[in-house]
Amino acid sequence: MAINWFKYSSPSSFYPLAGKMIPVFMTLAIVLIMGGLYWGFFETPDVLSDQKQYYRIIYVHVASAWMAMWLYVVMVAWAVLGLIFNTRMSYMMASATAITGAIMTALSLWTGAFWGQTSWGTWWDWDPRMTSQLILLFLYIGYIALQSAIEDNRRSDRASAVLAMVGLAIVPVIYYSINCPDPNECASLHQESSLKRVESNILIAMLVVTAGFWMYCFAVILMRVRNIILQRESHTQWVERLEVKK
Amino acid sequence: MFDSFLALLKRDLLLALRRRSDIFTVLFFFIIVVSIFPLGISFEKAVLQKIAPGVVWVAALLASTLALERIFANDYADGTLEQMLLTPQPLSVLVFAKTLAHWLLTGLPLVLIAPLAGLQYHLSASTIGTLMLVLLIGTPILSMIGAIGAALTLGLRGGGILVSLLVLPLYIPVLVYGSGAIEAAMQGDVSLQPYYLLLLAFLLLALVFTPLATAASLRISVE
Amino acid sequence: MTLSVNQLQCSRGDICLFEGLTFELSAGQLIWLEGKNGSGKTTLLRSLCGLFLPDAGTIKWKGELTRSSEDTFYKDLFYLGHQNALKLDLNPVENLQVLSRLAGESVSEEQADEALSRFGLSGYEETPVRKLSQGQQRRVALSRLLLSKASLLILDEPFVALDAAAVELLQSVIVTQVEQGGMAILTTHQALPIPEEKLIRVSLDRYV
Repeated sequence: MAINWFKYSSPSSFYPLAGKMIPVFMTLAIVLIMGGLYWGFFETPDVLSDQKQYYRIIYVHVASAWMAMWLYVVMVAWAVLGLIFNTRMSYMMASATAITGAIMTALSLWTGAFWGQTSWGTWWDWDPRMTSQLILLFLYIGYIALQSAIEDNRRSDRASAVLAMVGLAIVPVIYYSINCPDPNECASLHQESSLKRVESNILIAMLVVTAGFWMYCFAVILMRVRNIILQRESHTQWVERLEVKK
Repeated sequence: MFDSFLALLKRDLLLALRRRSDIFTVLFFFIIVVSIFPLGISFEKAVLQKIAPGVVWVAALLASTLALERIFANDYADGTLEQMLLTPQPLSVLVFAKTLAHWLLTGLPLVLIAPLAGLQYHLSASTIGTLMLVLLIGTPILSMIGAIGAALTLGLRGGGILVSLLVLPLYIPVLVYGSGAIEAAMQGDVSLQPYYLLLLAFLLLALVFTPLATAASLRISVE
Repeated sequence: MTLSVNQLQCSRGDICLFEGLTFELSAGQLIWLEGKNGSGKTTLLRSLCGLFLPDAGTIKWKGELTRSSEDTFYKDLFYLGHQNALKLDLNPVENLQVLSRLAGESVSEEQADEALSRFGLSGYEETPVRKLSQGQQRRVALSRLLLSKASLLILDEPFVALDAAAVELLQSVIVTQVEQGGMAILTTHQALPIPEEKLIRVSLDRYV
């Protein structure tokens, strides 16, 4: 059965669909996050290598850091779709995603600072991962700032889409330069992933919480996009009918 | 096509010559920022040498973003930009001519004045040579990336501040390797070639891709 | 050689300016575009040029979509909007030369002088445009008409700021161009001395 995807590219048909999807994603988010956190708190060892109970912030920290990066890619994907097909819905999704992405980035920096304070004794360290995350936050802020500075919706959508694409193109170079500021000593650029050393129970809990974060982000993005639709389409007949029904 | 490129380049240089003050504001901004750091930090020779690479590059970054707003603003205000969009020439070629003119007027003077900053910070002659070379490779990249930001923020209120917000994060790779090379030159025993090669690679990538992105942004903004 | 517009729809912000706009312009014809203030005349002219992206509809030049054959279209197009596209620090001759270079044509100093003098600007060739009056600046911009080889003129309120003599001159320039097989689209409140059969009136108020 072929689904006509373009049918949902119109705000008036996407709005009710999003309304139906939000409770589903929200329920999934609550179940997964609660389940993951339960597993993470009660079914896992009390220490991770040399870290004591406080390592458990990892469940929120890693999940939000991952979301921060993925959501940037999701945002650019929507923006590119918008530029290619000229669909307003894609741009609205992109701008809704940007705000959630920025919040996730801020959350990961915030939880990271707490974790750093307890385990390393410092709130902030210019370690490559933290620095990259900070730059990512700046990129989100740039996107949001450009979008809100342009009053005309069409121009702001398309201009910020171009900015997001340029950002995504330069991100690898920025990450490379942060990870390897001295090109003479970059034989081992590839940082060893610390995931392999982690106990499987912790890993499972972390992945479940991350899945929950995905669901939460979907739900919040859809809620936000519904608001954007209402704002932009407030002059149309279908929005007026919506008000009459209530 | 090449005729139009040259005509536009010549026009922009001619216009700048008739309003010379614009060139000097950027240049003096750079000099002042560089001179103000020692006042705030320390006059000690060792400290100054330590901070010199970063300070010079950050000053160059700020000076470059300061000048960005002017690349397209005048052409946008008087309608010339519209005419540029309506020529049979590829817009990216015209954009490149404008960016090149902009660099010649705001980037190149920084390269030439850099030895002065080097003297203020007690850098050796060979380090000053490296400083000039990396600025020569790096500042065109700044102009080209910045042109995208300038095109996106065309005609917006507070565009000048906004453009810094957009492009400064994108300048990071140039900052890292530009100042890294100067630091390496001061140590003396490290090979500088990787720095030059990386910066040149960035320059080539910027040459290929940024005019297209800038042209696309201009079309969006002029509408 | 025709410009054909089919089912064009444009909007500004959230407001639809016009929809279903369809017309055709052939060699030797002139379109007089009418409409109330804010009816989208300027937007229409800009979208014909490709400066504004319409919501729907097609614009074809010589049978090809203008969006996909920009090179050939822009060779034939002359557009003058509200702004004169002049650099205030350059003199009229320099301005004309740079603008024709950008359009891919080359204009000698004599040709530029001649065009300027037809628009009553002899003696001002070396004066920076900054020092000219509004009307004189508009005339400099319009003298590009005499230098251009374009066959399609798109003019937005070309008569604004001109005195009676200049209006008459511009009218005759446009009419000559059209009678020699060119085409023109313009918005104006000025009547044009052109035979009825060559004149097409398009009123945007009917397409809201």
